[in-house]
Amino acid sequence: MNPGQYEIAIDPQWSTAIDTIVAANAAQPGSLIQILEQTQKEIGYLPENVQAYLSEKLDIPLSEIYGVTTFYALFNTEPVGQHTISVCMGTACYVKGAGDIVAEFERQLDIKAGETTQDGKFTLEACRCLGACGLAPVLTIDGHVHGRLTSADVRNLLENYE
Amino acid sequence: MRVNTLEDLHHIKSQSQESGGHSPRDNHHKLTVNVHQGTCGIANGAKEVYAAMVESAQHYLNKDKQPENHSRDKDHQNENGHMGESEYIGEIKNSSHNSLNGIHITQTGCPGMCYNEPLVSITGPADQPYIYGQVTPENARAIIASHIENQTPIYEWLVNTAPIDKTLTAMQDMPFFKNQKRIALANCGVVNPEKIEDYIAADGYFALARTLSEMQPLDVINEIKTSGLRGRGGGGFPTGAKWEFAHNVSSDQKYVVCNADEGDPGAFMDRSILEGDPHRLIEAMAIAGYAIGANQGYVYVRAEYPIALERLKWAIGQAQDKGLLGDHILGSAFSFTLDIRLGAGAFVCGEETALLSSIEGKRGEPRPRPPFPAVSGLWGYPTIINNVETYANVPAIILNGAAWFSAIGTEKSKGTKVFALAGKINNIGLIEIPMGTTLRTIIEDIGGGIPHGKKYKAAQTGGPSGGCIPTDMLDIEIDYDNLQAIGSMMGSGGLIVMDEDTCMVDIARFFLEFTQDESCGKCTPCRIGTKRMLETLDKITEGKGDAGDIDKLEALAHSIQNASICGLGQTAPNPVLSTLMYFRNEYEAHIHEKKCPAHACQEMLSYTILDDKCTSCSLCARVCPTDAISGKTKEPYKIDQDKCIKCGACMAKCKVGAIEHS
Amino acid sequence: MATPASNTMVQVTIDGQSISVPASATVLEAAQQAGIMIPTLCYLKDINQTGSCRVCLVEIEKARGLQPACVYPVSDGMVVRTNTPLIRETRKSVLELILSDHPQDCLSCVRSDSCELQSLSKQLGVENLPYPGEVSDYTLDLSSPSIERSSDKCIKCRRCVSTCQKIQHVSALGVSQRGFNTQVAPVFRHTLDEVNCITCGQCINACPVGALREKDEIQKVWQAIADPVQHVIVQVAPSVRAALGEEFGLDPGTPVGHRIPAALKHLGFDKVFDTGFTADLTIMEEGNEFLDRLQGGGALPMITSCSPGWVKYCEHHYPDLLKNLSTAKSPQQMFGALAKTYYADISGIDPRNIYSVSVMPCTAKKYERQRAEHTNRGYEGYDDVDAVLTTRELARMLKQTGLDFLRLSEEPFDAPFGIGTGAGINFGATGGVMEAALRTVYETATNQPLGNIEFLSLRGMEGIREAHVDLPGVGAVHVAVVHGISNARDLLEKVKSGEADYHFIEIMACPGGCIGGGGQPLINAQQRMTLPEDYRIMRTRALFAESQDLSLHKSHDNPNIKLIYEKYLEHPLSEKSHYLLHTHYQARPKYTAQQWVAQDRDHEDLDILVPWQHAHEPHPHEPHPEHLVPNPFAYPDYENTQPSLPESP
Repeated sequence: MNPGQYEIAIDPQWSTAIDTIVAANAAQPGSLIQILEQTQKEIGYLPENVQAYLSEKLDIPLSEIYGVTTFYALFNTEPVGQHTISVCMGTACYVKGAGDIVAEFERQLDIKAGETTQDGKFTLEACRCLGACGLAPVLTIDGHVHGRLTSADVRNLLENYE
Repeated sequence: MRVNTLEDLHHIKSQSQESGGHSPRDNHHKLTVNVHQGTCGIANGAKEVYAAMVESAQHYLNKDKQPENHSRDKDHQNENGHMGESEYIGEIKNSSHNSLNGIHITQTGCPGMCYNEPLVSITGPADQPYIYGQVTPENARAIIASHIENQTPIYEWLVNTAPIDKTLTAMQDMPFFKNQKRIALANCGVVNPEKIEDYIAADGYFALARTLSEMQPLDVINEIKTSGLRGRGGGGFPTGAKWEFAHNVSSDQKYVVCNADEGDPGAFMDRSILEGDPHRLIEAMAIAGYAIGANQGYVYVRAEYPIALERLKWAIGQAQDKGLLGDHILGSAFSFTLDIRLGAGAFVCGEETALLSSIEGKRGEPRPRPPFPAVSGLWGYPTIINNVETYANVPAIILNGAAWFSAIGTEKSKGTKVFALAGKINNIGLIEIPMGTTLRTIIEDIGGGIPHGKKYKAAQTGGPSGGCIPTDMLDIEIDYDNLQAIGSMMGSGGLIVMDEDTCMVDIARFFLEFTQDESCGKCTPCRIGTKRMLETLDKITEGKGDAGDIDKLEALAHSIQNASICGLGQTAPNPVLSTLMYFRNEYEAHIHEKKCPAHACQEMLSYTILDDKCTSCSLCARVCPTDAISGKTKEPYKIDQDKCIKCGACMAKCKVGAIEHS
Repeated sequence: MATPASNTMVQVTIDGQSISVPASATVLEAAQQAGIMIPTLCYLKDINQTGSCRVCLVEIEKARGLQPACVYPVSDGMVVRTNTPLIRETRKSVLELILSDHPQDCLSCVRSDSCELQSLSKQLGVENLPYPGEVSDYTLDLSSPSIERSSDKCIKCRRCVSTCQKIQHVSALGVSQRGFNTQVAPVFRHTLDEVNCITCGQCINACPVGALREKDEIQKVWQAIADPVQHVIVQVAPSVRAALGEEFGLDPGTPVGHRIPAALKHLGFDKVFDTGFTADLTIMEEGNEFLDRLQGGGALPMITSCSPGWVKYCEHHYPDLLKNLSTAKSPQQMFGALAKTYYADISGIDPRNIYSVSVMPCTAKKYERQRAEHTNRGYEGYDDVDAVLTTRELARMLKQTGLDFLRLSEEPFDAPFGIGTGAGINFGATGGVMEAALRTVYETATNQPLGNIEFLSLRGMEGIREAHVDLPGVGAVHVAVVHGISNARDLLEKVKSGEADYHFIEIMACPGGCIGGGGQPLINAQQRMTLPEDYRIMRTRALFAESQDLSLHKSHDNPNIKLIYEKYLEHPLSEKSHYLLHTHYQARPKYTAQQWVAQDRDHEDLDILVPWQHAHEPHPHEPHPEHLVPNPFAYPDYENTQPSLPESP
């Protein structure tokens, strides 16, 4: 008599998507990071139930997967905001004032770099070199590049997304 | 079509050159419009420029009523790797151009002139290229109308003309290129990275063909050893020796790995090669596989490089289709497959054993050495790991010979080095110089000096592992050993120029913040030691430094160097030690006088409005985030020092220079 | 890769001393052979060899910088220096850095005097703390009934993580984040009770500092002893007597069972009993259950259930094997159940006034006593066992009284639970349960005396051991013994795939069995290197010495066992036995993000847990713990029950 069992509570759409990703990758050795990357692309972030589901599918302990997702900057365990602001903190941008720009965003949005505003509108990231040193200091909002900025431009930039 | 023999390769090469589908320099029939599409170009709008170019070219050709324009069909369609239609060929039947029969609009990688992106070069039959800089979509339409339709180049937009006499300067004679020597970057900005035929037409895969048909694995290793090629990722370990170790270990499985996890903040050499010339890497890794006896390779690429990833995937697909990867390459017994592994944003994965952990799908933490990867690497098998630029030199060495390569450079550093030149410099870009070039040549000639007439203060090489080179060492000849001797290092090739407005304590703090953030946390000295160094530097730049802080920093720095597991920790203190060596006075000014000589450390600044210059325009008050500035019309504005958070927004906004800091 | 054969020798020079060492040795091992104990911290022999703490740095000629001795392989002609100014300064600096992110509350830390970090600081001459700065600040995790986790004290050596992953295959603890924020913790900031921790406490044994410790129940016990109304009884598990002496300076492997009754009496316990007695009882029930399953077509292989860590693991990870677990309670819980029924009866004490303590080598026993099946019992709602002390806690209590443990005289355990046979005592070592069970099963099934009672193939420290036993008239039985969950998992996977076919399996969560339990005296990293052999082998020898001293070696020969069946339980697997001595198990989630899904899926919409909502509401069909508690009528309502049994002899 089996009255039931414990199952990972996960949106069936998510589990179907993960099944496909796992099927395409799992045969390759060491494919965890690819799988996580593709899963995040599909779902937007890597919440606990998704990681647990992967743990079960891949037979890798959840703590090991969690260790990986918290190690690499690419992975989010929390949902990201509607708009993602990535301020380049490469050296070239830094010597041209990128630090001030991050500080100004932090003030305007009342969050720290790496966080999302309470209303879920903006995620602020200080990212590594975007490779657009000619435009330094540079940032992207949802992938759109804005260059040659000063902290005075921050307010205007944000207003475009209000 | 599969390439089975050397003849097949020659056939593709000549066909490609005849069809004009290849690089501008061999194109005798068409006007080639080359829109450079590296990340930097794309960030500046190169994609839109390309679209505008194609659209107005179509319009122009349709006007002639005899168009047979088409976009070239791909050999195959690849779901993931394709960046979109990468070239446009318009035929002109009854052309008014006597020598022309069409326009060929193509895309290539970055030629290195980031300061002029987006770049478009137009090459006619036997012409020097006309290079347009900072092109916008509007300009692009104008260029088609004027340069193509009316055969009148728009001289004021060209970057390779003398301002007055309108003569074209050959690319290699431009100040930016004159002192460069391009080996690793030879094809960047020249070939279409999505077309394997372009690469073959530029002698691509001929080195692999030569290797497989004429050389034994040990011959390859000897050639690389004799060339004097050293690792371009930072450490400068002799590449041939590394290959030899792996060759000498007997194992039924070995691996070739490419480290393309370029994490140095301010370096983008690898990315440019991957974006501009991915087949060069593929060819080199296959050669390395043959040399050490590996038939599987991995390229470990940062996920933050989407374009590089796409183009590399695409290129791998093409190479497989052509039989230049896979089983029995070029009809030989050698088989080699290549897969991509994603770097997911951890600088430490540039360290080779951490990179191996990451490829295995684990936290990117370094492992103890020995055993070295050449003996026990990926999943315990012999593995060589080289970076992109190192590999990019290999085909040229095989084709031109070790003697050719070793004739370039200095006694112990052979060949060239690619640098990402950025910071307070006019010509920001990607450059490749022969080893032994002086820093002065780079700064003054290639880089075009410091903007706004400011004074050079230092150049930083080696990124978070490197150090600063002060003014009195501008004449140093750049090679591995000279840089190491002065407390810096070659590093992967970031070269950041700093002027008098840069605070050297703050720069040291910036790098420590970086390494602290990127420390994997495995070993004590790096996990806690860099944190303590950063805290001390924070204190100093906030004006709270104590007399003993410098001694403490130095002692801690040496412990961390000696005690850390991997290169990240061992070199993390370098930016501090190097700035202490050359700019100790700046540290002392922060600590003893509570002053930042460069006026960069905000905590020590105060902003004031100069009464005599203020025009009461209120711009500063409006931009101030804390409403610290107030005033009335016709009276100078004032800053409430209690409210001021020293963000500098007002000073940046003021149009009359009425705000100063001290 | 090709590791050098261990029998080839190489010549190395350490601090000028030339010695010949096995080619497979590390510099650390070579130095030890040369009489130099290089200090270590993250190194734990055979478990954690990562070279990450950087305390064991040495100079190796031709190698760059300083190198970690613990992972650096020797090579022929190698020249090593272990004592130079640079080495001394760097080791000290590393230690100062560790201390700069470690609370300075050593005096009130449970590990004060057994802390490896503390003794290193002294050894390396740390005299001040030159690097003040941010200190890790984490919430104290008191959620587990067995383990206290104080992340502030964690030095990130990862010895616990390696143990939890490699030895136990539980991976409840892992390494997350990076850099200064690197944390050793359960996933997603969960507390230990929210994840699949099996409470075995092996992590505590691995921890060099006070970041992991047992949940302390000493105060509770002192209070009960001081309460004049409470009749405080204590049971002592077999393994305690094989290790307690270590806390008082005796070498591992010194048996001290004869001193324990006097020691506990000194603490103020009213009666001191031997868990060996209920171990024998467990064998009676479990052995008969096995025969019943074997002959009656029950679920096989039957798997032992006296290791609560193993049981919890099975509930999290192998819920489909729960039917294979013996329903017999563990000796601790059999004792607990009898203490408040049978013992209350015969001694005429109101069970509400009986305070039942057990001394165990095990932290999971603290969890076991708090399981729903064993608490809130009877009409009165009392717990079968009221407090569990580990061997370490008992030692601390004894030290608090200032008692000279080594001068205590020999005293017997009290009746009626004072006699355990050698079979019951052997429970403490891996294989002991199986051996005891086979003795009883053989004689019960065949009615013939068993000639040789020692099943040598079941003894030892091999991870998985097995035996074929021929039961005349019944057939051959194939049995296996495993210890350490990692080995258990390997075996169970084979069982599930059909690759292995057993009738009966003994599983102990801890390596070595109970003598290696998570509540035993700590054997630090240096001891693990220097002891002449594995401390678990030494303790097993002490345990066997204790059992050898006894006159009876078969559980069914125990006169008190015979008596209790005769007077109270009737016979093994009787109705009364079932109610008192058998139990149930329940599936538990492996991940916090799991929820109970009833079988009849067609009629139930699968509830989707919102991802950020970890809290778990019981599903209407989820087996509620209460439903699994045996029917309370089995407990005598003391008010209506007259003492019916004579005093046992």
